[in-house]
Amino acid sequence: MLSEVIGFKRLAVRLLPSSFLMLSCMILSFIFIDAKPAYTLPLSHSVPVRAIPAFARKYGLPCSACHTAWPELNFFGLAFRDRGYQLGNERDSPIWQNPSFWPVTARMTPNWHRESTDQQLTDAVPGNPASGFGPPGTVMQHGFDLSGMDLWLAGTLYKNISFSLLPSSDSTGTFHFENAFVRFDNLAGSKWLNLQVGRFELDNLISEKRFLFLSANGGFYQNYHFIPLGDSNTFGIGDNQMGVALQGHSSNSYTRYTVAVLGSNEGGVGFTNSVTPPAPANNFTGRDYDVFLAFTQGFQTGSLGVQRIQPFIYYGHRPTIFNQTVTGVPIPGTGSGNEPFYRVGVQSDFFLGKLEFLPFFQHARDNVHLANSVPSNTPLSPGMQSAIWNGGFIETHYYVNPKLVFTQRWEIVRMAQQGNTATPSTQGNIDAYSFGYRWYPIMFSRAGLAWHMEYSIVKSIGMVPLSLNGSGLPPLTSTTPVWSSSAFVGFDFDF
Amino acid sequence: MKTNIQAKSFVLSWVLALVVFLAGATSGFAQIDTNIHAATKNMESHIGDKTGHAYGDGQGRPDAGVQLYRRYCVGCHGAGGDGEGENALWIDPKPRDFTLATFKCRSTPTGTLPTDEDLFNNITRGFVTTNMPAWNALTEQDRANLIAMVKAFSTRWQTEKPGTPIMIPPETPANIDSILHGRELFEKIQCWKCHGPEGHGDGPSALTLTDTKGNPIRPYDFATGTRFKCGATNQDLYRIFMTGLDGTPMPSFSDNIKPEEAWDLVHFLRTLQVSLKTPELTTFQTWLKGHPNTLKPIGQEVPPGA
Repeated sequence: MLSEVIGFKRLAVRLLPSSFLMLSCMILSFIFIDAKPAYTLPLSHSVPVRAIPAFARKYGLPCSACHTAWPELNFFGLAFRDRGYQLGNERDSPIWQNPSFWPVTARMTPNWHRESTDQQLTDAVPGNPASGFGPPGTVMQHGFDLSGMDLWLAGTLYKNISFSLLPSSDSTGTFHFENAFVRFDNLAGSKWLNLQVGRFELDNLISEKRFLFLSANGGFYQNYHFIPLGDSNTFGIGDNQMGVALQGHSSNSYTRYTVAVLGSNEGGVGFTNSVTPPAPANNFTGRDYDVFLAFTQGFQTGSLGVQRIQPFIYYGHRPTIFNQTVTGVPIPGTGSGNEPFYRVGVQSDFFLGKLEFLPFFQHARDNVHLANSVPSNTPLSPGMQSAIWNGGFIETHYYVNPKLVFTQRWEIVRMAQQGNTATPSTQGNIDAYSFGYRWYPIMFSRAGLAWHMEYSIVKSIGMVPLSLNGSGLPPLTSTTPVWSSSAFVGFDFDF
Repeated sequence: MKTNIQAKSFVLSWVLALVVFLAGATSGFAQIDTNIHAATKNMESHIGDKTGHAYGDGQGRPDAGVQLYRRYCVGCHGAGGDGEGENALWIDPKPRDFTLATFKCRSTPTGTLPTDEDLFNNITRGFVTTNMPAWNALTEQDRANLIAMVKAFSTRWQTEKPGTPIMIPPETPANIDSILHGRELFEKIQCWKCHGPEGHGDGPSALTLTDTKGNPIRPYDFATGTRFKCGATNQDLYRIFMTGLDGTPMPSFSDNIKPEEAWDLVHFLRTLQVSLKTPELTTFQTWLKGHPNTLKPIGQEVPPGA
């Protein structure tokens, strides 16, 4: 336990000064881009990001009214969302809208990207698998591509009743419901009682669904999805979950809380962990529920802006045993042998005028049975123990003006205790750095267009990068670092 | 060697893209540039201990109010503050024209400039039944900067001083006598001609009303409204008809009714808010049950020749 605390402190001390330094070097670092040959899978792990011009059209407000730089919400946008997508001017109900208004938004990003991953085993003679494997090398791929697509409907059904429905596809057009919920606001006439039911993003102050990175390696937070090697848990705090959330907020949303009860299915459907069943047998879910608690407080600091901080905790269980049919087929939704895990941490949003800092710290623990993928009714082998890790990042945005933002992020994950004492202590550790900018050549209330440039590089020790770049194979040894990088340029548009 | 060439090409492509972007960005910003008078560029606002700045704030933020105005306001109020933003065409009622420096919600007498606090309260509260939301999520300093920016669009702020806020005497008891007297006033000073006999905003003049820019304007419907445009309290309601809503057909009645009578009118107007079931309405309805057919309907015209 002591080692966990020390590790956490070290993490904090390392992150803070380095982030300042990296921001100042952001532009210069263009010239140090790694240009080794590479190859990759297409944006398999990048997270679609959100903005809703349908609201801008409904209310006649420019994108910048609700977004620092879309899709990230600013204070006003957050308050608007907390009110249930309402301005509160007695004109929110759809009865006040032109009958032809349809609250739908489409978003996509045609792009060119380049991916590179080293320590990959490929055929010794290109195109000839019979030649066997050559020494680990770098694979590279680049070309024009498409992102996934969002087709988002969101709005009010009536005063104080809102909804969101987001069919989202990958770049091949395979759809799933990224979110789908209905929300009841101002219950009993109180802004402190709002109820949301369905599949939705956890109330993370630093939203992964609304952030400013798109590349394969940088387009997600490592900490939001990291799972140690050999762990059967699939939970990610950045994953949309299914359940019910009670939320409340002050009139300016500086003070907020969320209490959510969520299914133990990772937001999956059909009693599986997958959003597009049929899922693999080990993705079946149990009959237990998780709890997520978050509290956010904002403070005005004069001309610097509003500073916000949010402690959070997610506590849940995952099944390790499933009922099976007489033919040995696991039955979805019958999981038992539930074993616990938790994520606890703090996220913040600090402003120094035009400079925004988003620090995130997380401490995580998975039970020994989850960490080793061992059913709870099976004896543990010597050396097996819970998996514990710490992680964090500092993301920085510099808003030159509402139409131009520079971004950078440094992120690390450190294993504090491996699930098995035989595992090297550093296996699974991650270092990631991303930087780029977004320029919005137009900024009005009908649509959005952003020119997006980004570079991201990740080092993961003894494991495949979470981006799944490269051939997807782990390195030959469990202490070998795998470097994976992405360069991305594209036109991000939504209407 | 090949890798070296690839590296140089790659870096060059990014540098070129950056150059192209910078060239494009410069021209693109013109779309939302604000056009304010050079003379009013350094306009300030003073709200409590906060000083807002349209441009230089002397602390390294040369564009305090301008940036905020671009971000939040320009879409409706326009780059020149004339209320002709890109969305103005679709908005009803129309956005305020800051170049006229005429404001509906004030604590000052009709025809005078509002105080900075008045404008601050307006931004903070927003305007019910319009597209102007409550901007209370912005920091107080940002709102102060925006007030300075609003003032920068008119030279009136340099040649005139804000009016002195009107005095609002303590509220009188909201008893039935007060309500009935308020009802008499409602008919006598012809509030009903615009707001309608029942306060539904459907008086005989309602459809003919326009604001000072010629835009059609609807009288307030007391029956459905939960808030007034300039506040929600009885004091706000008192202030509204004693100062008038400048730029609209709603005049100031400060010369027509005495302060204590104004409270009577407030109490009667509260009885028109049937959706809220106000205490005044309860008092009035209780009295009506004991006095059926006592009151003549408001606005009942005498037939010609009768």
